[in-house]
Amino acid sequence: MAIDELEKKLRPPEVQLAPYPSKVITLASGETMVVRECRREDVPALLGTVYPLIEVAKDYYDVVACRMYNEILSWYRYRIANMFTLVGSVNGEIAGIVTSRHVDSHLGMSLHTLTIKRGLRVGAQLFAAKMEHHLEFLKEDEVWIVAESPIGFKRWMIEYELEDRSSQYPAVRHELGGVPTFVLTRKLWDAVKAVKNTGTRPVPPEVLKTADKLKMPNEYVQLPGWKRNA
Amino acid sequence: MAPRVGIVGIGHCRFGNSSDYDLVDVIAYSANAAFKDAGGLALRKEVDQVIVGNMASGLFNRETAVASALVSRMDMEPCPAELVENGPASGASAIKMGYMAIASGMADVVLVAAGEVMRAVTGWEATDIVATMAHKEAEYNMGLTLPGFAGMVTRLYMEKYGLTERDLALVAVKDHANGAKNIYSHVQLPVTIDAIADGPSAGVVNNYVAEPLRMYSTCPVTDGSAALILVNMDSPKAKLFKKKPVRIAGIGSATDTHVVHNREDPLVLKAVKISSDRAYKMAGIGPKDISFAELHDAFVIFELMNSEEVGFFERGTSFLAVRNHETDIGGRLPINPSGGLKAKGHPVGGTGVSQVFELVRQLRGEAEEGRQVKDPKYGMAVNFGGFGNNVITTILAKD
Repeated sequence: MAIDELEKKLRPPEVQLAPYPSKVITLASGETMVVRECRREDVPALLGTVYPLIEVAKDYYDVVACRMYNEILSWYRYRIANMFTLVGSVNGEIAGIVTSRHVDSHLGMSLHTLTIKRGLRVGAQLFAAKMEHHLEFLKEDEVWIVAESPIGFKRWMIEYELEDRSSQYPAVRHELGGVPTFVLTRKLWDAVKAVKNTGTRPVPPEVLKTADKLKMPNEYVQLPGWKRNA
Repeated sequence: MAPRVGIVGIGHCRFGNSSDYDLVDVIAYSANAAFKDAGGLALRKEVDQVIVGNMASGLFNRETAVASALVSRMDMEPCPAELVENGPASGASAIKMGYMAIASGMADVVLVAAGEVMRAVTGWEATDIVATMAHKEAEYNMGLTLPGFAGMVTRLYMEKYGLTERDLALVAVKDHANGAKNIYSHVQLPVTIDAIADGPSAGVVNNYVAEPLRMYSTCPVTDGSAALILVNMDSPKAKLFKKKPVRIAGIGSATDTHVVHNREDPLVLKAVKISSDRAYKMAGIGPKDISFAELHDAFVIFELMNSEEVGFFERGTSFLAVRNHETDIGGRLPINPSGGLKAKGHPVGGTGVSQVFELVRQLRGEAEEGRQVKDPKYGMAVNFGGFGNNVITTILAKD
């Protein structure tokens, strides 16, 4: 696509991020979840998956879904810099999505974690994968994190024992609305990664193939009675 | 001679997260379901006594006098109503009180309803509230929680009898297989041994809660309720109910030291043994007569230990029976066909009534396909209050 001069000025500078190597996790149910980095052609399925949750107030799904929709769309339309999206899928069906942003070589900015398939710690595994990308592959020194929901607070701030830097506001100020900022430092990550982060690499080709073309869920436990195309 | 007491109506809600609802409504839901099961809501006027089981509504919900609220919510005034609290055995204690009300001649029809809405608070607050039943100076103030206690007991059992973490996972696999088929269960997901014990991701997917207990060794924090209608089977009122009564054949209860370290051996659950002996004696049967059992497994180690104390297996051998699938639905002695507290969930004050609800369903032959025990005659429920210090065993018979 030819990019005109104005569009060039509007787009963020492109930085080639290290790729996230796909992995596979066996969930407690015995199902295998492939975790991989999203591509541009995945965006319609991602947006279609996120959109219905915009109306779910419980557990702040509405806020997270709205913000994630914005992030993925902005990434697709070149209005956010250095963002990456990881998706977890079971038999190709989207089970969860995480978004994040590489700020510079020292800092990562965790954006959102959206769990679609609940009860199997899918969100916990995807959040860990996101941290793995920041600290192991993008080689940043630390990741800034906020939580919208109490569940997120418990999963990240409490379970990872994140460093509370809210007293350093405004010097330490997460991009998401200036809410209190917590930090995963490399030291904290090294202390917890063995019990928080898992997955097998390389993913066998036949398994990876199941995640190639993402499918939107037809039903959501968060939306009782809702059916896609009903 | 005391009258025979039977159960003619049962009700249950789907366990899970009911924190959007008021506790009294959650309990009333199951009570209404029990009346519908028994023949209709008009039967409310036949009730002589309401007994409600609940552990800690004052702490979880800032709501007290739940029994009074329930009769009013159900338009049952001026029926007498009382609340029974016995920690996580509140439900079974409520059944016992209902039985005693009928046996004493003071009532012919009793509504027993029990429930808890725990998810109104965070998980760690719920753990703290449940821990308040431990001894204040010797245990609670020292920071002990129930998962911490259960972790230590599990470690002791492992060292003494050779139990492994994989054995604990096998209990969870069995319970989740059953719970996945139970429409009332909180967690309706089967889990595999590879995923939670053997596979490369198992250590993270099935993370430690209180080592050696992992997530799948521990019950979830659950909201829910269940209800029963008890009737004097020898009273003319028994004919008002359309369902054939399932008879309460035996009830036994017993206590043990509040402070666990005062026991000679923490691996001996004396109150479970005594309560089950009393229930067997009242029913005129023994362990070999039991067709299936619902055993209090807030932590899977308790399913194993309870199954030994009630005489199903020799001490230190119950996990071998699990390995051999003897406690599966199709096994010699199915244990926790409902999914147990592990998968069905554990709304503390409601659990005892939920267990007996399951006994009735199984004895009526109404359990879902794939988890119906074949031709059961006697079902047993063990409901565990505190750390095994106040236990009620109930035996139902299909006459």
